[in-house]
Amino acid sequence: MAKQYETVIGLEVHVELATKTKIFCSCSTAFGGAPNSHTCPVCTGMPGALPVLNKQVVEYAVAIGLAINCTIARESKFDRKNYFYPDNPQNYQISQLYLPIARDGYVEIETGGRRKKIRIHEMHMEEDAGKLVHDEWDDTSLVDYNRSGVPLVEIVSEPDMRSAEEVIAYLETLRTIIQYLGASDCKLQEGSMRADVNLSVREAGTDKFGTRTEMKNLNSFKAITRAIEAERLRQIELLEEGKLVIQETRRWDDNKETSRAMRSKEDARDYRYFPDPDLVPVVIDDVWLERIKADQPEFRSEKLARYKEEFDIPMSDAEIITSSKRMADIFEETAGLCGNPKKAANWLMVETMRLLKEHDMEPEDIAFSPAGLAKLIGLADAGIINSSVAKDVFEKVFTEDIDPEQYVEERGLRTVSDEDALRRVIAKVIEDTPHAVSDYRGGKEKALGALIGRTMKAMEGKADPALVGKILKDML
Amino acid sequence: MMDIMDMTAVELGKKIKARELSAVEAVEAALARIEEKEREIHSFLSIDGEGALKRAGEVQKRIEDGTLTEPLAGVPAGIKDNICTRGMKTTCASKILEHYIPSYTAEAVQKLEKSGAVVIGKTNMDEFAMGSTTETSYFGVTRNPWNLDHVPGGSSGGSCAAVAAGECSFALGSDTGGSIRQPSSYCGVTGIKPTYGTVSRYGLIAYGSSLDQIGPVAKDVTDCAAILDAIAGYDRKDSTSVARGSYDFTGALIDDVKDMKIGIPRDYFGSGLGPEVKDAIMRAVKVLEEKGAYVEEFDLGLVDYAIPAYYVIASAEASSNLSRFDGVKYGYRAEDYDGLHGMYKKTRTEGFGAEVKRRIMLGSFVLSSGYYDAYYLKALKVKALIKQAFDRAFERYDLILGPVAPATAPKLSSSLDNPMNMYLGDIYTISVNLAGLPGMSVPAGYDSRGLPIGMQLIGGCYKEKDILRAAYAFECATDKMYVKTAPPDRGTADEGEEGR
Repeated sequence: MAKQYETVIGLEVHVELATKTKIFCSCSTAFGGAPNSHTCPVCTGMPGALPVLNKQVVEYAVAIGLAINCTIARESKFDRKNYFYPDNPQNYQISQLYLPIARDGYVEIETGGRRKKIRIHEMHMEEDAGKLVHDEWDDTSLVDYNRSGVPLVEIVSEPDMRSAEEVIAYLETLRTIIQYLGASDCKLQEGSMRADVNLSVREAGTDKFGTRTEMKNLNSFKAITRAIEAERLRQIELLEEGKLVIQETRRWDDNKETSRAMRSKEDARDYRYFPDPDLVPVVIDDVWLERIKADQPEFRSEKLARYKEEFDIPMSDAEIITSSKRMADIFEETAGLCGNPKKAANWLMVETMRLLKEHDMEPEDIAFSPAGLAKLIGLADAGIINSSVAKDVFEKVFTEDIDPEQYVEERGLRTVSDEDALRRVIAKVIEDTPHAVSDYRGGKEKALGALIGRTMKAMEGKADPALVGKILKDML
Repeated sequence: MMDIMDMTAVELGKKIKARELSAVEAVEAALARIEEKEREIHSFLSIDGEGALKRAGEVQKRIEDGTLTEPLAGVPAGIKDNICTRGMKTTCASKILEHYIPSYTAEAVQKLEKSGAVVIGKTNMDEFAMGSTTETSYFGVTRNPWNLDHVPGGSSGGSCAAVAAGECSFALGSDTGGSIRQPSSYCGVTGIKPTYGTVSRYGLIAYGSSLDQIGPVAKDVTDCAAILDAIAGYDRKDSTSVARGSYDFTGALIDDVKDMKIGIPRDYFGSGLGPEVKDAIMRAVKVLEEKGAYVEEFDLGLVDYAIPAYYVIASAEASSNLSRFDGVKYGYRAEDYDGLHGMYKKTRTEGFGAEVKRRIMLGSFVLSSGYYDAYYLKALKVKALIKQAFDRAFERYDLILGPVAPATAPKLSSSLDNPMNMYLGDIYTISVNLAGLPGMSVPAGYDSRGLPIGMQLIGGCYKEKDILRAAYAFECATDKMYVKTAPPDRGTADEGEEGR
């Protein structure tokens, strides 16, 4: 019988923090901008420039640390990680090795109805590097330091995961927590969340860990899932052939669905870490810690429990709505404004989700105001606009955040409820479409639909189809 | 009237304020003295005569319209070439920064310029401040104005020689292990290294970041206080900057040391100390004693451990601080290299001198995995113990007094062949940096060859004022007899003669 193997996975997750300015200088962290336009002597490593820690970075780091149940270091320090590469202007990265800001935490994940704790080894703050641009035409490389000094936290888990499913659940849980804190938008594709996968396999039932590899360049959940499966199989195959797994860093190529070795443990760099003498220890006193604790938002699990109590909406809807803090905020505010949680949830679950997909957006990108949606719900509820007009108006709310009341007035989209006016239009329709009329009279119920359609068209959509149907029946 | 360049900075500032002289005349006098002396001394790496005259003109206007009333307004200054000056070359006396022009000005220089001082040029130094003789400069040695066959000391040798020769009224230096105090002693000028955190390091090109401090090099104690008044201050751009209660150093200049308790560390007077230096220091001790100071010998301890701990810590920090000089962003880049790492290697091999490479290698070694605990961490422990030893001493004494260096300035080319010997010359200055304390070199005599001897005053943390007071009292008691412009045949300030 073939041997059974267990996969053991630990993650190193980098998260870009949503501060306005960089970690050690006051340059903007905004995306875009001409190369090297968001730079200064500090983030380009000019001689004599000195780093000054951005307090907001510490606030976010502590908030994340608390949310993932870590012990917050009351005194933490920054260390220099020394290595030569042009994207790193000082040729050392300011990071934390010896005294990181947070240690010994966990997050709880759920897969297939089973709950499990994934332990966090530590979390530290560090600076991001610049970007190299290779000009193949000229065979030169240029470097853009706009990203140099953008703040990151690195969250290092224990090797507690056993499958790709658990890894994705862990990442989604982390992402939700961090998004709830507003500490990052956590987009894998854009690199504001990056995960390196440490994976080893061992024979089921053994306690000893196998030799692990570290997989880099994983830019989506799909890539992570594929890479885990491929690496698991690669390692099992090696063991089955009686070969050894080499401890190394590998780079995933998602197009080829395969990885290649980048560097082995033997040529691992010696980073010569030592405390950065340009920075002083980060001391977090009781007052500061208590304030950050008090400012922690209601997290997803708490929200779900409350929704169950407060709102009469299906649990599955609540789960989808709370998967994004932005969505949950819009839901709560809209429900509060229009007094109709069910309708609010419905608009988010159906139309909003459809439009997000259509525009290739994430819930975090939603830009419309809850007031707009609440007004729209009010208009539809009051029968001022019919449901198809409401959908069209909502699209405008979604894309341009228009005021639906004003929009409906300006465009004259109110449903015509004047029966006499309707009757006049319907009489014209009956006159113009004798065929459908005779079909209906001959017992073809379906023909009524065609007649309603024609009437709605003649009314430019501004009628209540139910009312139209009623009058039609009456007139025929 | 005596030559402008033989006046102290504060005297010159007073005359400018009184309209007896103009800022432009002061700069012209400095440039004339440079013209006269620079060929033999070579204190400067770059001189911005035209720019200095222009700035002096602007300063003069502001003096005349009453917006500038500071004591140093219009006074010509030299800046050590490891302190960034916008638009003015800043080379660290290294080939790797030969053509480097900073895009910003160091905080200390900005403060100096705000107080009206006029920067006339950048002074020579040991490459990246690594050395004790200014001979490791890529751009050639500086000679001691007192005797051209001798070194001026280092690493702030250019600043000290320039002040000694009257090429500028005062200068800024930097001190990581004695780099202001030792050349001040060798050149017969007055220099102070402030308490760590007193003067912003923003714009000082780092050597050993946890030890580096910028400080004044001047003719006398009064000048040092006035310069400190101008450059000290909290700077939020430097995280190691400390907000101090008072930045009035001139207020400490009181001719009174009555009941001041001064400790003389026996450890500083052992067999390594030259007899002539020892005699001069003991005479200085007597002077202060006669003025009412209470003097007592004591054992400081740990002196032998200071040099190894210093070279481990400073080199470790330097190995990392100097890694940014790689040919990518600025400075020298080698030609004809093979790939990125080839470029790094060739650039750094060609761009750095031997002493800098030695310290980068030493520093990289002590930080390597497997050696970190044995060297770097142990050195940090020694540093902490040295600090404690000083703390204990300052429970009993207001000041510690001793020599700055074991001997007077050595002859040119006699030091670099034996770096260990050169390192041992830093024995009395280094622990002050390790403990983060203020230390001052005050001219206190001459050896039989006429070379200056400096006495060192060490104060507790933030106790510059005690140092300045004792130094000022010493100057008064000795009638400023050691405050002179070099060379010895030149007329001296206190004699009020025109020597030219």
